[in-house]
Amino acid sequence: MPRLLQLLWAQLSGPGMVLKAFFPTCCASADSGLLVGRWVPEQSSAVVLAVVHFPFIPVQVKELLAQVQQASQVGVAVLGTWCHRRQEPEESLGHFLEGLGTLFSHEPWLQLCRERGSKSWNCKATRRQGPTPLAPACEDQVMLIFYDQRKVLLSRLHPPAALPERQAGDATASAGGLAAVFDTVARSEVLFQSDRFDEGPVRLTHWQSEGVEASILVELAKRAAGPVCLLLACLLSLVSAASACRVFRPWPLSFIWSKLSTCEQLRHRLDQLTLVVSAHRAEGPAQLMRKANTLVSVLLDMALGLLLLSWLHRKDRFAHLAEALVPVADRVAEELQHLLQWLMGAPAGLKMNRALDQVLGRFFLYHIHLWISYIHLMSPFIEHILWHLGLSACLGLTVALSILSDIISLLTFHIYCFYVYGARLYCLKIHGLSSLWRLFRGKKWNVLRQRVDSCSYDLDQLFIGTLLFTILIFLLPTTALYYLVFTLLRLLVVTVQGLVHLLVDLINSLPLYSLGLRLCRPYRLAAGVKFRVLEHEAGRPLRLLMQINPLPFSHVVRTYRLPSCGCHPKHSWGSLCRKLFFGELIYPWRQRGDKQD
Amino acid sequence: MAGPGAGEPAMEDERSFSDICGGRLALHRRYYSPSCLEFCLSCPRISLRSLTAVTCTVWLAAYGLFTLCENSMILSAAIFITLLGLLGYLHFVKIDHETLLIIDSLGIQMTSSYASGKESTTFIEMGKVKDVIINEAIYMKVIYYLCILLKDPVEPHGISQVVPIFQSAKPRLDCLIEVYRSCQEILAHQKAASTSP
Repeated sequence: MPRLLQLLWAQLSGPGMVLKAFFPTCCASADSGLLVGRWVPEQSSAVVLAVVHFPFIPVQVKELLAQVQQASQVGVAVLGTWCHRRQEPEESLGHFLEGLGTLFSHEPWLQLCRERGSKSWNCKATRRQGPTPLAPACEDQVMLIFYDQRKVLLSRLHPPAALPERQAGDATASAGGLAAVFDTVARSEVLFQSDRFDEGPVRLTHWQSEGVEASILVELAKRAAGPVCLLLACLLSLVSAASACRVFRPWPLSFIWSKLSTCEQLRHRLDQLTLVVSAHRAEGPAQLMRKANTLVSVLLDMALGLLLLSWLHRKDRFAHLAEALVPVADRVAEELQHLLQWLMGAPAGLKMNRALDQVLGRFFLYHIHLWISYIHLMSPFIEHILWHLGLSACLGLTVALSILSDIISLLTFHIYCFYVYGARLYCLKIHGLSSLWRLFRGKKWNVLRQRVDSCSYDLDQLFIGTLLFTILIFLLPTTALYYLVFTLLRLLVVTVQGLVHLLVDLINSLPLYSLGLRLCRPYRLAAGVKFRVLEHEAGRPLRLLMQINPLPFSHVVRTYRLPSCGCHPKHSWGSLCRKLFFGELIYPWRQRGDKQD
Repeated sequence: MAGPGAGEPAMEDERSFSDICGGRLALHRRYYSPSCLEFCLSCPRISLRSLTAVTCTVWLAAYGLFTLCENSMILSAAIFITLLGLLGYLHFVKIDHETLLIIDSLGIQMTSSYASGKESTTFIEMGKVKDVIINEAIYMKVIYYLCILLKDPVEPHGISQVVPIFQSAKPRLDCLIEVYRSCQEILAHQKAASTSP
């Protein structure tokens, strides 16, 4: 048709919604035939899934479509004709194609045409304006959007907002324009199962028509997975039954198990492994990703642990470590003794109360002496203990790190004890001071009403109260100084342990499989799509290329993060400072299942 | 706006504007069809003067440290840091041009191309777009920016999000009016098509 008439025709037909035809790139070089796909009326878009080639028997085509429709719940139909011709148009083919429109009636009827070897396409979409076949037809404008069928089939859209719950049936795919295209292609997988080497009645062209894709390794892994999972599940159930047995129940042992972070980590790993090897299949893609992430994380953990073990064994490092451990503990104790001597003198020029100073200092020095004796008692066995503990590194790097954290807390147990003594003493003093301060002002704490009330005291009560208040006030700097020093030491130890726990948490929760997938196959995790306008000539339909926009790495981590032990600080800075000021004991790194203090 | 003339390829034109800081911008418009329009706004390039200034400062500081510490690692570290910093700046910070592609009945796509060639694209479907407007902001002075209003799925007349366009180029009002007019034509066409049976 001449260009001018085309423009006139476009003006006369009025501003209809532009018809969008999603065409797979694999069919762009296919021979002439019928277009098979799904029509989405709400978005006025036609998703072409495959091309049926000549010769075909219409009844068989209709049968195939009915089978596909039943198996996949997608409304697959014949959408129009596809003509891939040489330079001179064949008149007979043109008439034949027009006649097919009456055989497979579909509103609107799409006619795509391409000249062989050139980039010029022709598209026509005719729609009858009346019920009878003789009613006048009107043409819609067509926009061609090319898409890579394999990538769209394999990818999974991650919408920014949560979509409402899906119900079964054709209506689900109408949620979101482009999500409908992805959904249609993904659910029509049964249409792509036949390739051109099959002796079926109908010849199709789609992304798998050159041969169905499969991988020997994947098939072998699938066959082997069944028995291996069964074996592992049995082993794990044995282990969990052994750990739940009555020997570990009585109070001292269960308290120790709950305090050790190693046990927590082992339990977490056991739960994860049980989930991975469980017999029932994953319900959805999210569950599958979680299983894959867990498996990769556990395998990497074990690999790193074995690496650490081999490094430790190489130059007989265990012996060196054991030899170095006792002098280090001695050194720490010696430094603590120096610190206490300094506190017992005139620390930083402050004048302390001599008597209280001596009492506290001697008390703590005696503790240190006990501790050093204990360490020296243990020193012959340390190498063996370390060697056996080091073996557990083959269970994973996280287990080795948890053991390190536990060793740190055992070695600094005396600092913890000093902190508790200092904090309790300080707390008592602060409470005493606040209640005596109230007495000083003539007020009292009403326990029933939970508020401060005025109260008339006797003279002797006031006298003794004021005396005690003065004593406590003058003893405050000494206690406060001891409390400050030991709290700082304790915070230092807690920080070191916290860093180790953060590292363990990182290894536990990082979704490595998803990150690897995003790196190597970015089209599998899609945040959306992007379009590129292809070469455009005036008078020809607009051609776009739809590509997959992969999810950014930060979103991948956020979406597929594995649940971890939850070792995060549970106090805000404000409440932490408040607790420190009033001398309440702080446990900044709480784990799930710990008893509250 | 006249449509494409008979026998011509897609209409293109290029005009130069300035951004809010006074730098030169080039607006390149391509008119593919009555339903498809693309605007490409090129930002001013990285200036050789500022690059030289930053490099000289870093190296002078490193040389000063070297004379204090007599450790030649500082010099190699300075070179390393400068190179990494430049690569990181080109790949993550410096935007070369920003593109806005509007396709009637499909959606609006915004692409930012960085100086190293990296492209970051966002596509918003037409069903979610409520309108394209020019909004005012007060940032030491009054500046104008073009933004897309997204529909709220829960409330039919509400707005769920405001997406600003051309955030790095920051063109002035005259450039924004050009873009705004063309966008409104296409959106009007889209609204007429969606309300007609």
